[in-house]
Amino acid sequence: MDSALASDTSYVRASVRTAVKILIVGHFAVGKTTYVGTLSEIRPLRTEELMTQAGATVDDLAGIRDKTTTTVALDFGRLTLSDDLVLYLFGAPGQQRFTRLWDDLARGALGALVLVDTARLKESFAVMDIVEKRGLPYAVAVNHFDGSPVFPDAEVREALDLAPTTPLVTCDARDRRSSTEALISLVDHLLTLGGETA
Amino acid sequence: MTRRGNGRALVRPHVVTGGRAHPTRNVFDLVTLVIATGDPPLHPGGTTPRTPLRTTGLSPEKLRIVELCRGGALSVVEIAGHLNLPVGVTKVLLSDLVDSGHLATRGAAPTVRQPEVRLLQEVLDGLRARL
Repeated sequence: MDSALASDTSYVRASVRTAVKILIVGHFAVGKTTYVGTLSEIRPLRTEELMTQAGATVDDLAGIRDKTTTTVALDFGRLTLSDDLVLYLFGAPGQQRFTRLWDDLARGALGALVLVDTARLKESFAVMDIVEKRGLPYAVAVNHFDGSPVFPDAEVREALDLAPTTPLVTCDARDRRSSTEALISLVDHLLTLGGETA
Repeated sequence: MTRRGNGRALVRPHVVTGGRAHPTRNVFDLVTLVIATGDPPLHPGGTTPRTPLRTTGLSPEKLRIVELCRGGALSVVEIAGHLNLPVGVTKVLLSDLVDSGHLATRGAAPTVRQPEVRLLQEVLDGLRARL
């Protein structure tokens, strides 16, 4: 069984020296897993984190026998951007209560792409709260679903209370090109922010 | 390691780590790249030399990590995903294996609040090249 592992594994190029990450966030079923899968060059992986029911990751594994534990799935994928650089995308859970997991995700992250569904804009509020509280720079991408209402950008901006400088784009999480363009909008925005503070 | 149908480990995580929840060193980001020290990386089409490493005495999980990492570099979260271990448990085991000299890290993600403009530009160029 273990011998089959290596043949199934796509390793990071030997020349790569830097790994960065961007979070793909959004409410349940907004298309995070699809988005990561569309862009990832490796078969997207999933890891399950052990959490206490209260939401913290387990701090003392020896003492958990009396606590109820649950798991949260974390999807991720990888893109090699140059001989030297790989980018990891993480589909991040939209629940604030997974504090330790969010600590891990947010630390060192370049920024976040917030996926929203215009039919369920309200469900994005909690996610945007987390991202803003964490101080993560972000862009918003409307994942276009068949049948979702098409609102003018101004209405989406108002509903989500976006700053005028926050990029708002439309994408199709199933489409590689449009998903890549959404990421480019985010990184462009990050560069603008970096240029301001540098 | 014995597995159930759903692919998750049969033993509880604290058994794997010997009851510990925290790694001996706190250098592991989710995307820190990890590689085995004993063998050169596996090049495409090449084979991994199977020099006898000091792997005796390693727990089954640590042995699986070393075996996996002998093929080339992987991030912490990929190792966790491939071995169906929680990230927290994986960090504890990786930390031990760095301490014991089996593994080394490279390319830790920058943890500065504001990433360098140069790095962001490289990310942007890399993404544009994919269009």
